[in-house]
Amino acid sequence: MSLREGEVRIPSGCAISGIMNRKGYLFSGHDIIQSIALMHDRSNGLGGGFAAYGIYPDYADHYAIHMFYEDSFCREETELFINDHFNVEVGGRIPTRKVSSITEAPIIWRYFVQPKAEKVMEMDLEEDEYVARLVMQINAKFPGSFVVSSGKNMGAFKGVGYPEDIGEFYKLDSYKGYLWTAHGRFPTNTPGWWGGAHPFTLLDWSIVHNGEISSYDANRRYIEMFGYKCTLQTDTEVITYLFDLLLRKQGLPLKAVVTAMAAPLWSNIERLAPEERELVKAIRTVYSPLLVNGPFSIILGSRKGFVALNDRIKLRALVAAEKDDFIYVASEESAIREICSNPDRLWSVAGGEPVIGLLEGVEEL
Amino acid sequence: MKVNYLMPEFLIDRDEQRCTHCRICVHQCANEAHLWNDKKKIVYGEDQNCVNCHRCVATCPTRALRIRNYPLEYKNNAHWTPHYIKSIFKQANSGGILLAGMGCDRPYPVYWDHLLINASQVTNPSIDPLREPMELKTFLGRKPEKLSFQNGKLAEALPPQVELDIPIMFAAMSFGAISLNAMTSLAMAAKEMGTCYNTGEGGLHSSLYQYGENTIVQVASGRFGIDPEYLNAGTAIEIKIGQGAKPGIGGHLPGEKVGMDVSQTRMIPEGSDAISPAPHHDIYSIEDLRQLIYSLKEATNYTKPVAVKIAAVHNSAAIASGIARAGADIIVLDGLRGGTGAAPLRTRDSVGIPIELALAAVDQRLRNESIRNEVSLVVAGSIRCSSDVVKAIALGADACYIGTAALIALGCHMCQKCYTGKCNWGIATQNPKLTKRLDPEEGAERAANLLRAWSREIKEMLGGMGINALESLRGNRLMLRGIDLSERDLAILGVKAAGE
Repeated sequence: MSLREGEVRIPSGCAISGIMNRKGYLFSGHDIIQSIALMHDRSNGLGGGFAAYGIYPDYADHYAIHMFYEDSFCREETELFINDHFNVEVGGRIPTRKVSSITEAPIIWRYFVQPKAEKVMEMDLEEDEYVARLVMQINAKFPGSFVVSSGKNMGAFKGVGYPEDIGEFYKLDSYKGYLWTAHGRFPTNTPGWWGGAHPFTLLDWSIVHNGEISSYDANRRYIEMFGYKCTLQTDTEVITYLFDLLLRKQGLPLKAVVTAMAAPLWSNIERLAPEERELVKAIRTVYSPLLVNGPFSIILGSRKGFVALNDRIKLRALVAAEKDDFIYVASEESAIREICSNPDRLWSVAGGEPVIGLLEGVEEL
Repeated sequence: MKVNYLMPEFLIDRDEQRCTHCRICVHQCANEAHLWNDKKKIVYGEDQNCVNCHRCVATCPTRALRIRNYPLEYKNNAHWTPHYIKSIFKQANSGGILLAGMGCDRPYPVYWDHLLINASQVTNPSIDPLREPMELKTFLGRKPEKLSFQNGKLAEALPPQVELDIPIMFAAMSFGAISLNAMTSLAMAAKEMGTCYNTGEGGLHSSLYQYGENTIVQVASGRFGIDPEYLNAGTAIEIKIGQGAKPGIGGHLPGEKVGMDVSQTRMIPEGSDAISPAPHHDIYSIEDLRQLIYSLKEATNYTKPVAVKIAAVHNSAAIASGIARAGADIIVLDGLRGGTGAAPLRTRDSVGIPIELALAAVDQRLRNESIRNEVSLVVAGSIRCSSDVVKAIALGADACYIGTAALIALGCHMCQKCYTGKCNWGIATQNPKLTKRLDPEEGAERAANLLRAWSREIKEMLGGMGINALESLRGNRLMLRGIDLSERDLAILGVKAAGE
């Protein structure tokens, strides 16, 4: 039997796509499915997934916990834990439709919850940190249960299959969001485990990623000093934690985070104005273990918007475009033209230069 | 009749047909292994005095000389090897401690040779250093856990860092142990290559202050040559607690090597033995170490990182954690194979542990305690080539020191007789007739060339792994696999087995 993510390190290549409306206008999952479907050949049927923001306006202040369970026993065990730590407003199966190519789906459930105030106080934590820790605890200590996503007014929908089939399976055309990201996976190993598909998420963060980073173990061993447990052994997991550490826990400006992850070359740093040079040099010196090296293109989604980023010497493709209030990013230009044939502006994203899409009125991710 | 039990170690094989009795070998050999018979007008050899340093072989204009192991065979005995028999003869004769130079030469496992490096294929492109930038820049010093910003600017300045263009420095070798020309060669090469050399414990000769930016000044238990000017002369200060060649004991410099220049630089009387105490007499505990670290920081106004160097011993991981918490900015680990000018042979060969294991254990311990970012880790003692450097960085080192390799670049032939002061290559001696054989300009070029060559090789290997900045290799143990190692070894090194 093949080993799953977490039992072995599985690199993978992929396709990614993302669409956002800056004004927060909600639109269905139709476009994102069509965009990722065009890049069918960049995945191999062993994983597809989506992250959607703005889809649960009725429960916007609740953490939406999406779960995979291998069997009902796992579900019962984990629900005891969830009930112990959260007030569950609503819980139930995530609606799916039958798709011939999608088989062996786990039990897929979601809960809209609030942390129990007394427990949060007892642990002396911020609410977000409380939720993040419990998510990691479930993933580590409840075999057969996996937290797919845990943010507010957002959710991840993923599985084993081609992404367009996964989109149909989850009826994503019936959801409406202002930010959608998608992933088609081409892993170099075939565990066929639903939890291993992308996006990988933590709280509001979701990551879709194309590439295989060569700095994995340097990044992992650094991030684990800060209490993270890289249980899946995937690039996507470590990149998510890296963003979480720098953006949420340390409160770094997005620009500094990008500088740390896709640092400019020293020869370019030398040419900066003195003040800027000192700043960039300090970031590269202090955060050198978080430089993400080797090929990658990623889209980090959050409630406030997204950032798309290429590795610093652009070893992976990434294209961006704008049309009115919409902003698009994808592995291939064709995947954008498929849903927006005549963009106002379209460009190939330079290595290490982020494409930042923020909701109107928001200044930082 | 009194018989000398000790036979010569080497046989001088002189080709009589080629030898012109020109006497160059006689002049070149400070050990008096080549002598002149004035009556017969011929050169002859005194095998007993030969140390096999190859100086005569290299300088003989007619290639008339060969040095061989002395063809003397003891009865086979796997336990009582010639080494032990000869050692007993020597000690029965003298009653003294056996001395040795350079590092441990016993056949313990060399873990570098049991580690293999990864390369990218298909899923992740290798990067071509001839066509793409490849960065080796390294900063040594304390890194804060996070940066704070105020109005888009840094809220506070970084702690002082040593900025290196390459992750290889020249290890501590004192003036006294090595010649001024050897030291000048290393200082000039360090400047040329954007790295540092280390003064060792013998102070800083006045002619070397100009290389301050490329100098790490050492403070050892003998406190030789230390004053405020010295402490402020370099880019960092290193407190030497111990060294890999002789853990647990201090440095030894025989009085014969203490001439006028050494005496002035060390601030001791001419001709006096410079014997450093085993411990620092103001450091009997970790809290005492903290006081010395902060005294040095005060003396230099917090402008220089302070390093603490220890020998790799059984409990290095816990000791290193203590050193980090005592306020050191850099920890230097010196392994079992580390070289020296003079050490008791049994200590050199039997005390301490291999650097590979100590490095892996220390790096992991500091990470387990979430303080790895608070110190830089520099390793010394056994680095022979660029792939050793790559493996050390992947295990978790920030940079490496090379001592033996640097001296070999200057011409050392590893005869291990540094303590005699008769180094025919002008390196480990203070005899002016010998030291002038090493031209500092030429030495600097050779030492710089070595660093240049290794840097190129490191870039090739980095690119092969799909990495274009050294920091992405640092502690990246997935880039290593072990071969022919036990489960326990693999666990301590934190690497998988080849094929996994």
